[in-house]
This record gives sequence, structure tokens and C-alpha cells, in this order.
Amino acid sequence: MNALLSKYPEQVEKILAKYPADQKRAAVMPLLYLAQTDENYVKQQSVYEIAEILDISPTDVVSIIGFYTLFHAEPGGKYRIQVCTDLPCALRGADQFLEELCASVGVGVGETTPDGLVTIERVMCLAACHRAPMFQLQGDGDIAYHENMTVEKTLALIEALRRHVKTGEAAHD
Amino acid sequence: MTEQTTFLLRHRAVPNIDQLQVYRENGGFEAFRKVVTSMQPADVLAEVKSSGLRGRGGAGFPTGIKWGFLPNNIWPHYVVANADESEPGTFKDREIMESNPFQFLEGLMIASYAVGANLSYAYLRGEFWQIAHGLDEDIAALEAAGLLGDRLFGTDYSLRLRTHLGAGAYICGEETALLESLEGKLGQPRLRPPFPAVYGLFGKPTVINNVETLANLPPIIEKGAGWYKSLGTEKSPGIKIFSLSGCINKPGNYELPLGTTFRELIFEHGGGVPEGRTVKAFMSAGASSTIVTADDAALDTPMDYESTQNVLNAPLGSASVIILDDSVDMAWLVDKTVHFFRHESCGKCTPCREGTYWMSHLTHRILHGKARPEDIELLDTVAAQMQGKCLCALGEFSTMAVRSGIEKFRADFEANVRRAPHG
Ligand SMILES: Cc1cc2nc3c(=O)[nH]c(=O)nc-3n(C[C@H](O)[C@H](O)[C@H](O)COP(=O)(O)O)c2cc1C
Ligand code: SF4
Ligand code: FES
Repeated sequence: MNALLSKYPEQVEKILAKYPADQKRAAVMPLLYLAQTDENYVKQQSVYEIAEILDISPTDVVSIIGFYTLFHAEPGGKYRIQVCTDLPCALRGADQFLEELCASVGVGVGETTPDGLVTIERVMCLAACHRAPMFQLQGDGDIAYHENMTVEKTLALIEALRRHVKTGEAAHD
Repeated sequence: MTEQTTFLLRHRAVPNIDQLQVYRENGGFEAFRKVVTSMQPADVLAEVKSSGLRGRGGAGFPTGIKWGFLPNNIWPHYVVANADESEPGTFKDREIMESNPFQFLEGLMIASYAVGANLSYAYLRGEFWQIAHGLDEDIAALEAAGLLGDRLFGTDYSLRLRTHLGAGAYICGEETALLESLEGKLGQPRLRPPFPAVYGLFGKPTVINNVETLANLPPIIEKGAGWYKSLGTEKSPGIKIFSLSGCINKPGNYELPLGTTFRELIFEHGGGVPEGRTVKAFMSAGASSTIVTADDAALDTPMDYESTQNVLNAPLGSASVIILDDSVDMAWLVDKTVHFFRHESCGKCTPCREGTYWMSHLTHRILHGKARPEDIELLDTVAAQMQGKCLCALGEFSTMAVRSGIEKFRADFEANVRRAPHG
């Protein structure tokens, strides 16, 4: 039983169709994104399922997860707030923003809130240097940019996400 | 003052140009139709060669000449658009793809026709998730409109486009690492030769071009190589998008003719540095470039490939200009850039893997008041020893700010060392 295949038959087929039939391996990254949709990390089981679909070894799949920063082997927050503190953003106060955000939320960089809702992380340039402070929000199988941010706006966003998880109400920025 | 143009950032002049219908009403896909229905691939190549267009991804290599390297006895050929855009300070490809996506796609289609590719890819960094989904919809719209698919315009030419998302790795912007990543492998550069022109994607001849390079193609085909050459300088013809960031009042993208001066970009367009500050230095090509002292000669240097290299000894690269005012501590800055490269080193070759590790160790010590005076020299030596020994350009990039920072702003490093108990 391949759970990934039976849960997302159309998506898997669409992904495989992007590449020449004899180059199936190219589909490993899109399939990892698909496997990460629900819980924002790749479960052990999915590694085997992806390996089976692509006819490659599970070790190969694991090494891909390890190499690329947007794939997660371990569970973290349901959402990841990834703040850019690279040089151009740092010149516009990104380090201070991250510090204040962490203090307000009550977690350290790289840590997850006790309710498992958000992990706050520090990342490299996201091609939004002119709109610092900024971060991307990874979760629900999506990556969304939030630019020209303040700590206040970010806290409001986190609250909206909390409500969204509890009640299904839409979270918007 | 040199006026900004809107040949690439066309959405700034034409509202809703991101809609296929609006793009077509404004002449969109006429260039593609023209090449497919009335030009031989060799004619397209000749026109682009004659325009003098040079790659906008960093190296500035002439686009037409690059296309000409593909052998005609190995098939299929592929074109891959490099939309990895991860150099700190660079955010121009993103604006093109978000706001003027069809011009980028039309450019990719023209390049595909010119080298005989029937399947081409756009490789986007994983963070451009929403942009990739937008492009997928645009590609579907082009298929529905008969602009992509089989036997286009009743000719024998067929073309399909696909997007592919990376997943967070700066090195995947390097063209051979990008190909590995697109093949589903670790994004680590390949040994060369063979070059991608002969052995590229899936082992087939491949052209890799930057998004901005490709976006130049529709206007070049439409208005001609002569028009393109009338803009910019003799050796760096045409227009360029400059991403301006850092200590500047109006950060953003500025589309200007190549050869516009740094002074104009910074003061006329960018509105200068914040009140009460002066420009201390700038970096011309993102975190990968040398730090340039902002004296009059540097500010008056034209932003073209030759002048930047020859006068400033700095690359123009992707033209990501980071402004540093007099409040910036260069030891802090170098710690930031070194941290970036250490994080992004793919680990394949020892000089870069170990060198970036040791440099970050030293810059950290210097910045946190734990260094000895000789650590500044040691840092410079580690950087010097890496140069010329790395498998790909990332290793070299990582040494640029270090060496130029120590050479030009040693006092900043010394001030940090003096804070150390034993300094
Ligand atoms: C470490 C490294 C990172 C790079 N990142 C990018 C990038 O993000 N986008 C890009 O277009 N080119 C990047 N390049 C340059 C590409 O290798 C390649 O030269 C370019 O895509 C060719 O396209 P062009 O001729 O149209 O410029 C990078 C090169 C290196 C060494
Ligand atoms: S120079 Fe650095 S990034 Fe390039 S191949 Fe070597 S280790 Fe990898
Ligand atoms: S430095 Fe933060 S987005 Fe570029």
C-alpha cells in the first residue's frame, strides 16, 4: 500500500508527467513537497513510498531531505516563520526584528511554541531585501512571503493561524 | 539624469500586463510568432549575437555565442531558465516573473526555438513557490491559446514548458548544480569539462540562461539588434535591472541603460543614504563582490561589465548594489557574508568546505571580542589560500568581502580586536 500514491493519485501523475519517462528520479523534490503538505515534515513512511514510486533507494531520498533546507526530516511547528537576517535585510534591522519577535512569542530562534503551532527560524536571503524586515511562512503545503513586517503584525498573524487551526477560519495577513 | 526604462519591467508602464490578453494586445507573442513562422533558428541566433546581449545571471557571457556551442549531432536539446535568484541583494528576476511573467516565458520560448529545444524548464528557487504556481497557470493558458504545444502556427515546431522548484540552496544557482538538482540529485556542481552545452540536463546539450537575459529577447526580436545596441555602452549594450538595497532611502529595482554611474543610481534614483549619514562603501554584485570604497572615482564609475571590473576591480555580476553607510562596521559585515557562504557551501571540495568554516570561526571571534591581533592576518591568509583552489565560483566568492574588507577597512577589524581582553 503506497499511502502517498493513494492519497494524491492525480498530483503524483501530474508531477511524473513533467519529466521524460526515463528520468523519473527528477520528480523526487516535487514528491517531497507533496509528502510534506499536511504536517510540514516528511514522515519516514513517505520516504519509502517516494523511493518506491521513483525506483530509487530510500537512502537517496533521505540525502535529498538533508541537503535542502526547505525539507524537514523532523516535526517542527505546523507553521515555520523563517526570518531573513542576511546582510541587506540586517542593514535594515532584521536581526533586531527577529530578536524582538522571539522575545514577544517567548521562544528562542529555532524553537517551537509549546502548542506546536509555529517554529521561528533564521534564514538566508529570500530575494526581498528591499522590503525588510520580512519572512516566509511555510505550512499547509504553501510558502508565502510577508514583507515590510512589524512585530505587531506578526503577532496578529500568529493569532490568526492559531484560530485557523482551531476553527478552520481563514488566516490572512 | 538618466531616465529609467520599462522594456523589461513593462508592468510599470502597462497595467495588467501579467494577463495574457493584455500582454497580447500590447504585441505579446508577436516576436515568438515571427521567429517560428519566418526565421530559421540560425537567423535568431545571429540576431541575438549581433545585439551584443550578455548573460544577466552574473558572468556576462554573450548569449548568442553561448547558444552556438550546442552540437548539432546530439539531440534532444534543452533550455533551462535559471530562476534560482539567491544572491544576497538580488531581487530582479522575481519582479519580472511576478509582474511581467509572459515576457519571461516568451523569451524562454524564443531561446528554445533558436536551439531547437522541444521541452524547456524553468528552475525556480523553492521559496518562489507562489511564483511557480502562477507560471504553471500561465503555461496552461498558453497551451489553451495554442502558443505552446504541437505544430505551433501550423509549422513543424513543437514546444512544451515546465517549472521545477528547488528547495533552499544557494549553490543551485550555479548552472551545473542546478542541473543536478533538476535531475533529482544533491545540488553539487559537476566537474567540467564536459560543459552543459554538450552534456547538460539528462546528459543532453543544454543552454542555461538567467530570467532577465531571457526577458530581453522579445524586445530584441521585435525592435532589432540595432535598437538594442543603441542603448548602453559599446561593449555592454542594452539595459540592466539594478537591485538596490542596504542603507538607502529608496531600495528597489531600477531598469537603466548599462553605463549609468553608481552615483546616479544611488543619489538620483535611490534618494541617497538616510539623513545625517554618508556613503562609506558599496558592493556591486551582492555578497559575492569586493567591497568598494565610495570615493568620487568609484561613484563616477559607469555600471557596465568592463568599467566595474577595470576601475573598481569588482564584478558587475547580477548588478545587486548593496549600499553601506558610515554606521556599518566592516568586521560585522564580513562576518555576515562569511556566515552566508559557510552555510551555503555544498561541501563537495575541501578548500571551500574547510575554508568557509575557518573564516566564520575567525570572524565570529573577532566580532565577539575574543580575537588576538594576529587573527586578522590569519583570516586574510585563510581567504588567500582558498583562492584559485575551489571547484566552483562559490568558494572564490566567499573570499571577496574578506580580503577587500581587511585591505580597505582594517581599522574596523582592529577596533573589534581591541575590545578583547588580551587584544
Ligand atoms: C554560486 C553561484 C550562484 C549563482 N546563482 C545564480 C542565480 O541565482 N541566478 C542566475 O541566473 N545565475 C546564477 N549563477 C550563474 C550561473 O552559473 C550561470 O552563469 C547563469 O545562469 C547563466 O545565465 P546567463 O548567461 O543568462 O547569465 C550563479 C553562479 C554561481 C557560481
Ligand atoms: S567551491 Fe564550495 S560550493 Fe563550490 S563545489 Fe566546492 S564546496 Fe561546493
Ligand atoms: S537579504 Fe533578506 S531578502 Fe535578501
